[in-house]
Amino acid sequence: MSKLTTSKEAMERVRDGHSIMVGGFLACGHPETLVNSLVETKVKNLTIISNDTGTIECAIYNVIKTGQASTIIASYIGANPETGKLLMSKLADVQLFPQGTLAEKIRAGGAGLGGFLTPVGVGTIVEEGKRKIEVEGKQYLLEFPLKADIALIKAHKADVNGNLVFMGSTRNFNAIMATAANYVIAEVEEYVRAGEIDPNDVIVPGILVDAIVMVGE
Amino acid sequence: MDKREFISKRIAQEFKDGDVVNLGIGMPTMVANYVSKDINITLQSENGILGLGPNPKQEELDKDVTDSGGKPITVTAGASFFDSAYSFALIRGGHVDITVLGALEVDEDGNLANWMVPGKKVPGMGGAMDLVVGAKRVILAMEHMNKNGESKVVKRCKLPLTASKEVNTIITDMAVIEVIQGKGLLLKEIAPGLNVEDVRNATEAELIISSDLKVMEV
Repeated sequence: MSKLTTSKEAMERVRDGHSIMVGGFLACGHPETLVNSLVETKVKNLTIISNDTGTIECAIYNVIKTGQASTIIASYIGANPETGKLLMSKLADVQLFPQGTLAEKIRAGGAGLGGFLTPVGVGTIVEEGKRKIEVEGKQYLLEFPLKADIALIKAHKADVNGNLVFMGSTRNFNAIMATAANYVIAEVEEYVRAGEIDPNDVIVPGILVDAIVMVGE
Repeated sequence: MDKREFISKRIAQEFKDGDVVNLGIGMPTMVANYVSKDINITLQSENGILGLGPNPKQEELDKDVTDSGGKPITVTAGASFFDSAYSFALIRGGHVDITVLGALEVDEDGNLANWMVPGKKVPGMGGAMDLVVGAKRVILAMEHMNKNGESKVVKRCKLPLTASKEVNTIITDMAVIEVIQGKGLLLKEIAPGLNVEDVRNATEAELIISSDLKVMEV
């Protein structure tokens, strides 16, 4: 069965209350087409997991502005003033994690780990409510894995099997989110036959990718 | 000379050939402009780059290559790209020699506050906590006093911390101060035209005066 579909069709998987990972670092590697379709579905009560909830130029800005998210998990929200408003008004549950902790939570979720110990956040408000564990005389925080129902990611190129190739610094959260969601939708600029991508260049293996959408389709 | 230029130039002198350096957004980014041509450093960017280059010319603009502030950037010959989990493995794993960041407050224990002002500004910590804990050396690039004329080098941080006891060096428009864990803040250099009293009057924290006190040269 072909993984190639349209953005609108791919969004038929999304339900109210779903947790959705959105790849990208600010506007770099942001899955614009997929997120625009997510806004059009008008699904609500979403948990949005994103490094930064984008900038005012990104499609994800509208997900936040239209109130589709009731929970937001991020590390930096300074470029999307709408997320800051939700944090201040408490209209959504906005949870902030150190960026490396957020990335590792997603990696742990995708790697089948029960959590990990990080020294980051010890002695700050990040440690509130978390277990502290000492290893060889050093304090660490126990952080738990993060998974999602859906991941919306952006890559440069896919082959028919879903193998993905990235450009520049767009790998960021996209590559790790592909491992941590039940259904992974990749937006790409190029779609090629099997064998046209050198296996050495594959960053995300195709078994992780459930649907492929061309930019703008 | 502009204060920020003065601070940036002095910080650039701290780098050694071969250092891997992560520069924060704002004044820390300016430091890259003043690195000696005699040394090679590798700039790391937490969004997944080792080998950050200068700002792009119009014809070099690539939306897929940005710095940690989201601005288009170039990469040097020999650069590499990776994902965010790998990037922070490099940072926490001690593979970054120096991080340069701004500060709202720093105190006598080397505690740093630079990510939020409760009730006012909560942009999120981004990668700052990971960088301050993970980098081998933390250098602060900061003005000595805030806009209200209050010292930013304090006895005890009042704002929420970014990290506890991780700062190594504080470089301001007035002084170079080394944090000596268990002892306090060692004043090592003062800006041209100032004396020790000027720096003390502008500093809430206790200062230990180096027996080898120097004038900051940029």
